Parts: sequence; structure tokens; C-alpha cells
Amino acid sequence: MVASANSDGFVVFDGVQKSYDGETLVVKDLNLSVGKGEFLTMLGPSGSGKTTCLMMLAGFETATHGEILLDGRPINSVPPHKRGIGMVFQNYALFPHMTVGENLAFPLEVRGMGKSDREKAVKRALDMVQMGNFINRRPAQLSGGQQQRIALARALVFEPELVLMDEPLGALDKQLREHMQFEITRLAHDLGITTVYVTHDQTEALTMSDNVAVFEDGRIQQLDPPDVLYEEPRNSFVAQFIGENNTLDGVVKEIKGDACVVELDGGALIDAKPVNVSKVGERTRVSIRPERVEASRDRLGPDAHLIQAEVMEFIYMGDVFRTRLKVAGNENFIMKTRNAPDQTRHNAGDMIEIGWMPKDCRALDFPS
Amino acid sequence: MSSKIKLIGLSSALSVMALSAAAQDPVSLTIVSWGGAYTASQQRAYHEPYMEMNPHVTIINDDGSANALAGLRAQAQAGNVTWDLVDMLPSDAQLACDEGIILQIDHDEMLAAAPDGTPASEDFLPGSLGECFIPQIVYSTVLTYRPDAFPEDNQPSSIADLFDVENFPGRRALQDRPGTNLEWALYADGVDPDDIYDVLATPEGVDRAFAKLDTIKDHIVFWTEGAQAPQLLADGEVAFATGYNGRMFDAIEVEGMNADIIWDGQVVEWDGWVVPADGPNLDLVMEYLYFATDTQRLADQAKFISYGPARASSAALVGEHADLGIDMGPHMPTAPENYFSPIVLDNDFWVDYGDELRERFANWMLQ
Amino acid sequence: MAMADATDQHGAPTDSKGRLLTSDGTPLRRALERANRRRKLTALALVGPLLAFILIFFAFPIAQMMWRSVDNPQVVDALPRTLEALQAWDGRDVPPEPVFAALHADMMEDLDRTRREQKFGPLGIRLNYELSAARSAISRTARSVPGFEAPYRDAFTDAHRLWGQPELWRVIKREGRPLTLSYYVAALDREYDEFGDIVKRDENRRIYVNLFGRTLALSLAITFMTFLLGFPIAYYLSILPMRHANLLMIAVLLPFWTSLLVRTSAWIVLLQQQGVINNTLVALGIIGDDGRFSLIYNQTGTIIAMTHILLPFMVLPLYSVMRTIPPSYMRAAKSLGATPWTAFRRVYFPQTLPGIGAGGVLVFIISIGYYITPALVGGQSGRMISNEIARHIQQSLNWGLAAALGTMLLVGVLVLYWLYNRLVGADSLKLG
Repeated sequence: MVASANSDGFVVFDGVQKSYDGETLVVKDLNLSVGKGEFLTMLGPSGSGKTTCLMMLAGFETATHGEILLDGRPINSVPPHKRGIGMVFQNYALFPHMTVGENLAFPLEVRGMGKSDREKAVKRALDMVQMGNFINRRPAQLSGGQQQRIALARALVFEPELVLMDEPLGALDKQLREHMQFEITRLAHDLGITTVYVTHDQTEALTMSDNVAVFEDGRIQQLDPPDVLYEEPRNSFVAQFIGENNTLDGVVKEIKGDACVVELDGGALIDAKPVNVSKVGERTRVSIRPERVEASRDRLGPDAHLIQAEVMEFIYMGDVFRTRLKVAGNENFIMKTRNAPDQTRHNAGDMIEIGWMPKDCRALDFPS
Repeated sequence: MSSKIKLIGLSSALSVMALSAAAQDPVSLTIVSWGGAYTASQQRAYHEPYMEMNPHVTIINDDGSANALAGLRAQAQAGNVTWDLVDMLPSDAQLACDEGIILQIDHDEMLAAAPDGTPASEDFLPGSLGECFIPQIVYSTVLTYRPDAFPEDNQPSSIADLFDVENFPGRRALQDRPGTNLEWALYADGVDPDDIYDVLATPEGVDRAFAKLDTIKDHIVFWTEGAQAPQLLADGEVAFATGYNGRMFDAIEVEGMNADIIWDGQVVEWDGWVVPADGPNLDLVMEYLYFATDTQRLADQAKFISYGPARASSAALVGEHADLGIDMGPHMPTAPENYFSPIVLDNDFWVDYGDELRERFANWMLQ
Repeated sequence: MAMADATDQHGAPTDSKGRLLTSDGTPLRRALERANRRRKLTALALVGPLLAFILIFFAFPIAQMMWRSVDNPQVVDALPRTLEALQAWDGRDVPPEPVFAALHADMMEDLDRTRREQKFGPLGIRLNYELSAARSAISRTARSVPGFEAPYRDAFTDAHRLWGQPELWRVIKREGRPLTLSYYVAALDREYDEFGDIVKRDENRRIYVNLFGRTLALSLAITFMTFLLGFPIAYYLSILPMRHANLLMIAVLLPFWTSLLVRTSAWIVLLQQQGVINNTLVALGIIGDDGRFSLIYNQTGTIIAMTHILLPFMVLPLYSVMRTIPPSYMRAAKSLGATPWTAFRRVYFPQTLPGIGAGGVLVFIISIGYYITPALVGGQSGRMISNEIARHIQQSLNWGLAAALGTMLLVGVLVLYWLYNRLVGADSLKLG
């Protein structure tokens, strides 16, 4: 899947732009296609344009330019209540003056569904989120997690084909959040609903989604399945934003196919995989995941790149060790090693030799 | 001769010293009046000359007369009287007098005689002095109209015309109280001014007055505050308005309003001083009162406002308006050419029957 | 710990009776009480000044007002002998000579009192509330009473006609009690007939019941108008960015800051028949020159002016409630398929009810008691009961009647508030 328009997607953004003030674009030429039944997450820092895109899809914002298609139909001029899209809001937006049952019945009522059908559908939806006993409670009497489930049930009760979720787990504590991540994914897949999910939490994005679109500066920086996104970030923003990353700045010395040589600012030469560099002499930022750095030569392949490092700090974290190193002038170079029986614990001041595979060392664009 | 002058000089020097000894204790008198042009006229005719003669006295004006009765009672009940002298209407003065919260006045003892020696009780206009009340001015409620509301050959000239909507169409602004209106209704219905209160004391008379008022009811705009009447007339909201003659004089002569006064059936009333019992400076107030109600002072007030002095001996001394230079004589309610068919407001009647008639009048206005 | 006799199963120290102790050995309950006492004292110190203020300047005057509406000392004070002599009187005819003799004795005694102490002035005023001309009957007789000689009955009836009428004597006997209901009787447009029964007044003297009704109707109309105008403005304010909202808020609050005279003149200039609105309508040919609207000096004037003044009292509570309703509710409703109107009606509006309740109660209660504006722009049909109360306090000086009317108004408002509480629940009020 690539970040270009694909007109046979279930949801399609085709050259969409959005500006609030007529001077700056919040969303710049967005092209995106979401397949039917797909779970797509829009991930990005705040102000990156992801929520605006969601609001345009829901119909609460209008696109300044470009077309949004739903199931092949352009929906720019369709008002929100006619789009038939379920939505879960950041603060749940459960109507405080209605009971849980009334909240769930609301979308059915406005669709003119009869009373008995309505009751059945509400019960089914509540059972689906294991909240059947709470039908007569008011939202204020529920915990955050319970409210979350009700909001989810309400967005699903009228059986929409598309559900939008705007940072729905932001207000929950970590444990509950992890549990809900799982439940939402399960429900979405069981029901076969197309889901567009907005979050700034990368763990959420990685664990839940079929595809993740990383937003920054009004553009999609990368649209890929979670593993690709993590393993193969296409530019330095994505590399920096997703997961933890060691960066070393330098200049490209040589490019040979899918390998290149970078001269770091400290003078050392390293091998890297050219991802976002095109010519010799270009400044580049090289990124290596901390868990792909090894201090033991046994764990590295024969063509691993080796380099001297000074241990600055050793942090014991239980399942892993974090070792902060000084590498090629960078004092914040992190090495993450599994707490295995044979793993060495280094002391500050030790001089050690570390290494990585050149394919894990990605030469990316130098951020301007 | 020179020794005599010296003696006078000495004695006056002594008296000045005596005065300045007294001046070491400055006193302020709080005098309650109606505010606006009326207080201004008192300020210039009474207060300023008095303060000039008595530099240690400061007179503070309080514009509380509209609610003076309530104020007097509240102060008396609280046992904390702060007012020295109050300007009020004689009917209110009668109520306050009945309650014993203002002083009884021995007029010949406490007030100056006329320059020719006539005692005060005979110099003040007949019926104007009250048990506790010293009149200053005669004012009247008069009918005023806009000449441009009617053709030149058919201008209204009497109270009867106020009740003649056929010949004199247009809205009429009347005060929202029974006083004056009921008197006029009877007067217009043919009752002699002298018999009006006898008729009004009977239920039939009251019915007769209201029946007459009914004939113009749909054309009435009621006013509450004195300033509203000339305003309504000036804005062209009404063709007729009743109002106090001083306010109307001001609006016509000073503001240039296009309106004429009909003196027929003017309802004449007094306004004057009462002295709160247990006031803080009783002796000084009496001294002030003696000064401020003498013949010259009452005549002086007419230089600043078109209300007539309450003393017969003052009439001859009324001169020109201090600022406008208009001869004030013809503008006095008491001028012979205006005083041809006056209805003298009977305060005793209104104290006795006021509550009942006000209720009836309020009810009539609501219908 | 050393002082503790034992420890309970959780390890906390207890004394011999099994009561929990603190670590230094004081019983836990007493320590708690001591801590609470200090908190209570602090609370009292914080609330105390306001409580005292309210007692002195609010509760006490109101109690005094209510007392005044039944307080009736004048007759008892002035006529002790007469009242005793009247005990045997059947109320039919003019009382017999002993009653007049007693009246004479009472009057003679009064003449010996100092002016401030005399009882007959207040007596005349008091009796005049019940019977017109009773005041002059008293005051004229009082002047000549030292010259009276037995038989007194003729002397009195010669001095004033009312002494020869049983009506006056019935009033004296009826009001010869330290407490009276007659102010309430009058305030309800009723009076006592010759048998002492309470009957309706002559139709042409009934005003107060009518005025109460009109006050209620006008206040409701004003409340409704402020709601009609205030709701959209409050809504708009609530969705504007703060700094724009503040600017618009100033426009809403402007009537608060303008002096009454300026406001009144402005209304007159605008609303009178020759005023801006009528002139404009005539100039545009919408109405004819003789079809000018009466917008002031009647109920319309009162409603317009009071709506203007009281608008902020509706807008502020509404605004503060609306500000707390996140826009996501409306969005959620729309995303669930509700049309904008349904979303407003079913989701937004119900949530503004606490604000509407608070604003409505505020505006209604304030407008019920307002009297300056109605007096200036209300003409006759736009006046309210408060104008009549003010008149009795300031001009006619019938404080008893004013107090009775005021008490009825107060009780009326409390009843309405109680009803509101029953129907809507006062705890749902949100004042800001």
C-alpha cells in the first residue's frame, strides 16, 4: 500500500487540502485510500493534520480543495448526519442527560427504528461490550473504561460500515488502555468494519492497525503496515517518531547499490543502507534502533559493522538493559540488550566494541 | 459725631468679634428640597445670602422632598434625625404633624412681620399656614397645550376644552393621581370651583367626576414625574399636558417650547417648610427660617422661578427674572390676570379621602 | 505505644474498652473531634461575618416588615377607656353616653401628653385607612374637646358628623386589638362589612389582586422575552473564542453600566409615538401616520425596558452553562444520524436547562420586585405591584399596607420557588 490515491478503496482522500485561514495549509495534498474492512490508524504529533482529516471524513470540517469518497460516492456536500459513519470521540461524548440505554437507542430512534427492534439492537450492542447490566445507568455513574465501552457500542449499534475513532483511549490508564486496544481490534475485525483511528500514541498504532499513516506537517510521511513502518522508516521523521532511535549525523561518501558509506561528523566511516539519500556529498542522518546494536560479536553476522564505544551509564530495567554509550561523538547512543543469562553488564567508563548489521543502519534525509 | 461713629465702630467690631468667636464652630444645615430648578432658586434667594451673613454656616442641599414624609418618619422612629429643615407639601405636612414628628409653629412668634408691621399670620395668603407648616410659594397645576395641534381659529382656552375631544382632538397627558383630575372633571362638568370639594365628598360626586373622566379616557397618557409632562408636550406626543406652572414656564420661556398655558381652573397649592422635631440644630434653623420667609426673600425667589410668593406683602416686590430679564409678575399664578378661576387644593380633603380616591383612581386607570 | 493496653488484630493500639487510640494514647475518637472542632470554628469564622450581615440587614428587616403588617398599636394606645366602654356595645347603633364619656377622658389625657407622645395623631391616620375622613373627625374634635361638657355624646356628634355614625365606632372596636388582619384584608381587595364579615370591596376600588396577577403575567412575559433573546446570544457567545466573547459580553452587559436616566431617555427617544421607531416605520410607509404604535407608557414599554435591563441575568447563567457543553455532543448526535434540529432539541437543549432555570428564576424574581423602570416607562397598564408598595411606603405612608403587600409578594415568590423546586429541582440551578 502506498500513499497515493486508489479509487477503489472504501474511503478515498483524493488531493485533499484544508486551510482555516486562507494562508497556511493544515492538510497539504492528501491522498489516501482505505480498503473495506481495513483498520487504518492516523498517527502523528498534535498539529500534524490527522484530526482535521478525521473531521473532514466525518463531515464536521469541509475540505478546502479535493474530494473525499466513501464507497465510491463523493461526500463533500453530504452533511454529517447523512454519512452513516459511526464515531467515537476523545471524551466519549455520551449524552449526560440520557441513560446508557437511551444513549444507545438515540441513533436508532432518529433512524425511525421501531421500539422493539431498538431494544433488541441496544441489548445486542451492550452485550457485545459486556455492559448489558448497565442499561439504566447514567454516564456519570460509569468509570472511564465503562464509558469507553458504551461510546463504542453507541458508535456500532446502528451498524455503520465505517467507524471513526478520535483518540478514544487517551483518558484511560495504561492497563485499561492495553485491554481496550485489544478489544477494539477484536470487535473491528469480528464485525468486519472499516476503521479509521486517530492517535498520537505509537504503541496503540502499532498494536492495533492493519496500516498506519504517519502524519507530519499536513502530509502523510509514510503509510505502511506496523512492522514495515518500524523496521523500515522511510525518512528521519518517521524513524524518530516511531520507537526509539539512535542517530548519527554525517556526509555520504559513497553509494553502491543498496549500501553506502557515511563519514560521521566525528570522522569515523560507517556502512549504511541508503534509504533517503541519492548522491555523494549529501548530509545524512543515520538511524539505528537501540535493540539492533550488539556488544557481543557472537550475536552479529560476519559482515557486521564494528565501532568503539565508551560506556557512559548502565541502566537496569528488568527485562532489558539500557546502556548509554558515547559513539562517534554522540553521548546519547543507546544500546538495548535483553536480560539474558549470558548478557554482560557494563560499567560506566568501560571501553567496549559494539556493532550492527549495515541493513539496520539506515541513511536517511538530514532534517532541515 | 465722631465719637458716635467711633462708638458704632467699636460696637460693630465687638459684634464681629462675637461673630467670629461663634464662627470657630462651623455648623452645617441639611435642608431637604425638591432638587433641580426649585432648589437652585432657593439656593440663590435664601441660602447664599444667609451664608454670606453667617460665614460659619454651611447649607447642604438634599433632594429628598419627593419622599420626605417617609424619610421623616424613618428618622423619627430610628431616633436619629439628621434633617434640619424640609420642604414639603401641606397635605404631607399635615400627616407628619399628626404623627408629631415635626414641630408646631407659632407663626407670629417665629416668623417676621411684613415691612408695614402686619403680623405673619395675616400677611401669608389666607388658608396657607398650617399647624406645622410655613408656606413659601404658591404654585399651580395648569393645563398647557400645543398651539400647532389645533387650527388657528379654534384654540383651546378652558378646562372644559380638555374634556372636549370632538372639537379638540389629540392625546392628553394627565398626572397619574386623582388630585387635580377629579377637581377638573367636576369643574368641566359645571360645578362651581368653590363647591368642588363638597361635591367630591359625596359618592355621587365621585361617580360624576369619574363619569366625566371616562369621556376622555382613551385619549389619556399618564405621567408620573414632573419632568415628563413638558417632555411629552415638547416631543409632540400629546396635544394637552397638565403640569406644574414653574416647569411649564421653564420649558416655554427658557427651552423655547411651543406651548401655551391655560390659567382657567388652575389648581393652586402651597409648598413650604416644616421643621423636623428633635432636629440637630433647632435654634439655628429657627433663625434661618425667620430670615428665609421674610417678605423680601420670598419675593426674591420669584426672580429665579415662576412660583408666586406666599406673602401678600411680597407680591409688589416681584421683579424681573434674574437671568432672562422677563418681568415675572404676569407669570405668577397669583397675578390677577391668571387668578380668575382658581381651584384651591383642599389638603384636609385629600388627607381624609385620598386613600379611598387613589384606590378608585388606580382601579379606574386599570380598567 | 507504651501507653496502649493492647493492640487490635490490625496492630493499632486500643485501650481497655477496645477503643482505638492514636499513637500518643489519646482515644482516636476524641482526637478526631478535636480536629473537627477546629475545622468547624474555621468554617464559622469564614461564614460568620456574612451571616451576621444577612441577619442584621436582611432577616431582621424582613421580620420587621412582616411584624408591621399585623402590628396595630394605635387604637389600643390611644383609647384604653373607650375600648373598655365599648365592650358591651352591640355594634348596631351609636354607642351610649358612657362610651363618649370614656372617649372624652381618653382625649383629655392625651392633651396632657407632650406633642411627641400624643396618641391621637397616629390614631386619626390609622382610622382613616379604614374609614375616610376619620382623621379629620379626630383632629378637629381634639382641638375643641377641652370645652366639652356632659352629655358628651351631643358635643362629639356636633364636632364631627362621623361620631354620630356607628361605622366609625365599629372600626374603633374592630381595630382595638394589638394585632390586626385589616392590612391583609385591604391587600386582598376586601373589607369588613357592618356585621364584621370580610367581603369583597366595591368593584371600582379593587386594585391589588388585579395588580398581583398583572405583575405575575408581566414577569413571565419578561422572563420569556429574555429567554428568547438571551438564548441565541448566549449560545453564540459560548462558541466564540474567549476574547471575542468578552467583547460581545460587554455589549450584553452595557445596560448594567448605563445610568437609569440615560437608559430611560434612550427608550423614550426610541419608542414614543414621535420616536425613532415609529418615525422610521412611517417614513418607510409600513404604517400610516395615524397608525403609530404605542410602544411606551404601557405594558409594551415595561416589557421592552425590563427585557433590556434583565437580559444579562438570563445570558450570564446560560452562557456559563453552555460554555461547559463541549461541541462534541452536537457532533456526536449528528454522527449518530440526528439532523441539526434534532441534535439541538434532543441533545443540546436539555443540557442547557439548568442555565435556563437559573436565568429564568433570577429574571422572574427580580422583575417581580422591580419598580423604578415600570414607573418611568410603564404608564398605567405597565405598572406592577411593587410600584404600589413603593407608593405606600414613600407617599401615602401606609406602611402597614405596604408591609402586607410586601409579605404577600415574598410568600408568593417563595411558593413559586417551592413549586420550581418540586418540578425541576433547585439543585439543578447553575448560577455561573
